[in-house]
Amino acid sequence: MSTPDHPASMAAVALVVLATVLVGGFGLRISRTTSDFYVASRTVRPRLNAAAISGEYLSAASFLGIAGLVLVHGPDMLWYPVGYTAGYLVLLVFVAAPLRRSGAYTLPDFAEGRLESRQVRRLVSVFVVGAGWVYLVPQLQGAGLTLTILTGAPGWAGDVLVASVVVLAVAAGGMRSITFVQVFQYWLKLTALLVPAIFLVLAWQSDGAPRVSFDDQVSAFRADHPLYATYGLIVATFLGTMGLPHVVVRFYTSPNGRDARRTTVAVLALIGLFYLLPPVYGALGRLYAPELIHDGDADAAVLLLPARMIGGLGGDLLGALIAGGAFAAFLSTASGLTMAVAGVLTQDVLPSRGVRHFRLATVLAIAVPLGGSLLVGRVPVADAVGMAFAVSASSFCPLLVLGIWWRRLTPPGAIAGLLLGGGSALLSVAITVSGAVRPPGWPHALLAWPAVWSVPVGFLAMILVSLATPGRVPPGTNAAMSRFHLPEALTSGRAR
Amino acid sequence: MTGAGVAVVTVLAALLLGTGFLLGRAARPQRTSDVGTPVEHATFETLHTASLAAPPLRAGLTEESARRSARRLRSLLGTDALCLTDRDRVLVWDGEGDHHGREVMDHVRGLLDSGRDTAFRTDCGDLDCPLRWAVAVPLTVDHRVLGTLVAWAPRESAVLARAAGEVARWVCVQLELAELDRSRTQLIEAEIKALRAQISPHFIFNSLAAIASFVRTDPERARELLLEFADFTRYSFRRHGEFTTLADELHSIDQYLALVRARFGARLSVTLQVAPEVLPVALPFLCLQPLVENAVKHGLEGAVRTSRITISALDAGAEAEVVIEDDGIGMEPERLRKILRGEGGTSTGIGLLNVDERLRQVYGDAYGLVIETGVGAGMRITLRLPKYRAGVHGS
Repeated sequence: MSTPDHPASMAAVALVVLATVLVGGFGLRISRTTSDFYVASRTVRPRLNAAAISGEYLSAASFLGIAGLVLVHGPDMLWYPVGYTAGYLVLLVFVAAPLRRSGAYTLPDFAEGRLESRQVRRLVSVFVVGAGWVYLVPQLQGAGLTLTILTGAPGWAGDVLVASVVVLAVAAGGMRSITFVQVFQYWLKLTALLVPAIFLVLAWQSDGAPRVSFDDQVSAFRADHPLYATYGLIVATFLGTMGLPHVVVRFYTSPNGRDARRTTVAVLALIGLFYLLPPVYGALGRLYAPELIHDGDADAAVLLLPARMIGGLGGDLLGALIAGGAFAAFLSTASGLTMAVAGVLTQDVLPSRGVRHFRLATVLAIAVPLGGSLLVGRVPVADAVGMAFAVSASSFCPLLVLGIWWRRLTPPGAIAGLLLGGGSALLSVAITVSGAVRPPGWPHALLAWPAVWSVPVGFLAMILVSLATPGRVPPGTNAAMSRFHLPEALTSGRAR
Repeated sequence: MTGAGVAVVTVLAALLLGTGFLLGRAARPQRTSDVGTPVEHATFETLHTASLAAPPLRAGLTEESARRSARRLRSLLGTDALCLTDRDRVLVWDGEGDHHGREVMDHVRGLLDSGRDTAFRTDCGDLDCPLRWAVAVPLTVDHRVLGTLVAWAPRESAVLARAAGEVARWVCVQLELAELDRSRTQLIEAEIKALRAQISPHFIFNSLAAIASFVRTDPERARELLLEFADFTRYSFRRHGEFTTLADELHSIDQYLALVRARFGARLSVTLQVAPEVLPVALPFLCLQPLVENAVKHGLEGAVRTSRITISALDAGAEAEVVIEDDGIGMEPERLRKILRGEGGTSTGIGLLNVDERLRQVYGDAYGLVIETGVGAGMRITLRLPKYRAGVHGS
């Protein structure tokens, strides 16, 4: 495709990258004197935390991927934004408050605290690392694609750039004051999509508001078993959100279970607002950049539209805004995930501990997905993210839901469920990405959208094996359950 | 490129994970495949079985521990059946003929009082039942009979009687160790209770005196200070829970500093930098207050001058890092080392030692205080607090 030089876009990307490194490295050094003590030691309010969660959550898949999918496959793909949002509803109803009250910082912490077993902890760590890596690959690929479109640089350049920026920012300062950075990233992303969208819609109206037609379905691989694929997507996204390592970590910031719930409600609103925008780009792309359907680079639609529809300096500036927002999306999600994966690697996988090991773990946490993104062929960004959701839904969802709501869960049951549910999902993803089984046909559909069967497998294995090992129910189960479900004021024996 | 590429990535990922696990396990002893002569082999086998039976017994004599160790004990003795009892009932029956379990308690009743081994014949009338004779050995800890170990055989056997005696003694050692573990845990708990930091009586006296000085000149301020004082003492004197959250602890420090400022006014300036992400972190109760008290004391000691204290709590991945720094008189590193070894002698530094010990007890030796200081160079104390540790819940 044509790759015009966009100095404005380059500047925007450079600005975002620089800001991330500086803020990550040096931290927002807000020092206060004692008179502000109360302000300084105030916990993160639900709305602020919600914006931070949204900022970290809205990834390349949301920023570029959904528009690309809508462009190519039509309105059926609206299930993606619905699923990405509805996942928080499930999280709100079943998990948010008890998870916060458990005091766990990561999923392995939760597993250890609830099941009192080091083995389960280790296994969960392996899955967190696996799901995190699967999720990181599309972030890096999205960055590569964006940089190629902006500068014509080879595909690997963007991957390497984002990976290095993340390593620098995380390893240098451990992303200090990360909440404010992520809050900023959310509003940046929203602005970067909203403002150009307004101009694009105006341009579309001055063009006579032509109707968008999705009649000529060009679905490349979704042609076979679209209903099954949709269900696969729904199950994966609805149940997978609760297990995403970087989302779980952020709930720790809420001071108590009540605030964790309020945070989740606010997240629903913020994310819902954001997801109104990508379909607009998808529809407009169908009108003004239809050749992308056949290029295979439909993810680029969002980036190309301003230049196509408006052109001139205005188009360049809007394009720059989108490019900056896209890079913010890669950086925030990638750094959040890298932090989470590196944390688990230092604690549970690498032999000994210390700050130096955290840096080593950071490099490891991003080097593996970087290698993956360079070697593996390009899968549409939103699809690849869907796979990470499927792994998370099949392994962590049963663990969290049963761990929080079922007294009789045992360590052997948890291990069986993780291995059978999560393991089979991970395997399916690996086989799909490797291209060993190609469409069309049921085998490909089953492997590409494993959640429909792997989530029930995970739940069943966990329940059946737990029932078969009643003697292994951890002794602290009742204490843990009352901590999960009673308001903090009651369990602490003090009214506040 | 897809197929081969993915294969390479998958293998690489597996290798990396595998290496991590192997490195983690490298320290564990390997079982050698070269077992030597039959005698050596038998010895190894026996020792191995014994070592497998030991861990459950270290939890004391309960139904669960008996169930998990009985099979190993029976294979140690090589008998048809083995049972463990406590003083009232049969805890576990391993092997055949468990209908004999009903009569066991009648046979061992005398032994529970006398503490002497007994052997007895049994006849259940079932011709196929191989159990005709049994030897019962007491399990004694501290001269108290906790229970018995009964081994069953088809006929009288002096060897079995002797072996059962030896195995019972070995079990006793394990149970004694269990008792030891328990008392050690109790000791640590008692120690933590004893170590619960106390606010110093001087502080209470000085605060009240400072407040008193405001009563006539600035009654409003005096009232505020009294309320701060009430809040602070309520927090410090609370009796429930070993742990608190960083937010609560910082709040209490704020009140403490307000009272100190009432005394010293402009001589003390405090800078604070807190990452809101770490406020929910749980930590041992009154862990920071003694350190801040220390910083205030060092800062204001000596010549009349202003002192600056910096308190920061930063997010560091899975840990929170709290730093308390003052620009006061500092301390001779050698003297500090003595204080932290508990050889300080004087009352100074008890707070530091106390906090250091409690942190180590809760989080392990890797999480003690890190103190940088020199004479006249101020002091900088760093704490690392894991965001999650099993059993640590801030209330």
